[in-house]
Amino acid sequence: MEKVRQRAEADAKTYGYYLNPNAEFLQDLLEGLKQNEERYGYPSCPCRIAIGKLELDRDIICPCDYRDPDVAEYGTCYCALYMRKDLYEGKASIVPIPERRPPEKQARAYTVTSEATVPATGEKASEAKATEQPAEVKKRLWYCRQCGYVVFREDPPYICPICKAKREMFAPIEISAKG
Amino acid sequence: MASENMNKTKVSGKNNKHRVLVYALSTCAWCKMTKKYLHENNIEYEYVDVDLASDEDHEKIRQDIINRGSEPSFPTLIVDDKTVITGFRKDLIKEALEL
Repeated sequence: MEKVRQRAEADAKTYGYYLNPNAEFLQDLLEGLKQNEERYGYPSCPCRIAIGKLELDRDIICPCDYRDPDVAEYGTCYCALYMRKDLYEGKASIVPIPERRPPEKQARAYTVTSEATVPATGEKASEAKATEQPAEVKKRLWYCRQCGYVVFREDPPYICPICKAKREMFAPIEISAKG
Repeated sequence: MASENMNKTKVSGKNNKHRVLVYALSTCAWCKMTKKYLHENNIEYEYVDVDLASDEDHEKIRQDIINRGSEPSFPTLIVDDKTVITGFRKDLIKEALEL
């Protein structure tokens, strides 16, 4: 439990955020994170439903992809775990914020679940097993045109973790076979 | 109603004027706050912790929320099978439950 807390504190410090000042609320969130880490093997967002497949939950592993733009726009992340200084100091009130995670990503999680519950037989069963890694998740290389930071993932980050450039600064890297 | 055959937990309270159903996550702090608020106000309600529910129920709940014209996020409160409140919105809950 202390490990989860320390990790969150360290991350808040790195990014200049604060953790929720309400001790009880914070404790609930950290416990939720710990629970998810034990359940899925990674600390997925306690306020969102995870599917248990890393590639599909990738964007909601805390700190999630949506934290930085949400803190910038609303002052807190979706859970209100991480927050901006003014909200931390109580200068503005904490209210539930809208979900930034695209509906198609949420839906994808559910589709996989329902497909997985369909009893597969014979050839189809082995086929299903072979494609267990969801085909829709297509990762590629992205680079930040401002600082050169490179990531290999489905979408570019909302904000560059190195130089804080916005998503628009990211471009895909095309690799040609000819070299 | 989509939630009829689901495994719901009932929390009794003196105020049962309205039928309250909460779709929640067991890990979510806002959901806990919502449940606590209802309990403190003696509201009788039922809830489903969706992350602990079966995949089948999970999909049913998602459809139920979407069919009501809302987004599947948590907590979602359904009052009297018609008013849908997304998130712990004290003001809206107060209004819907006449507190």
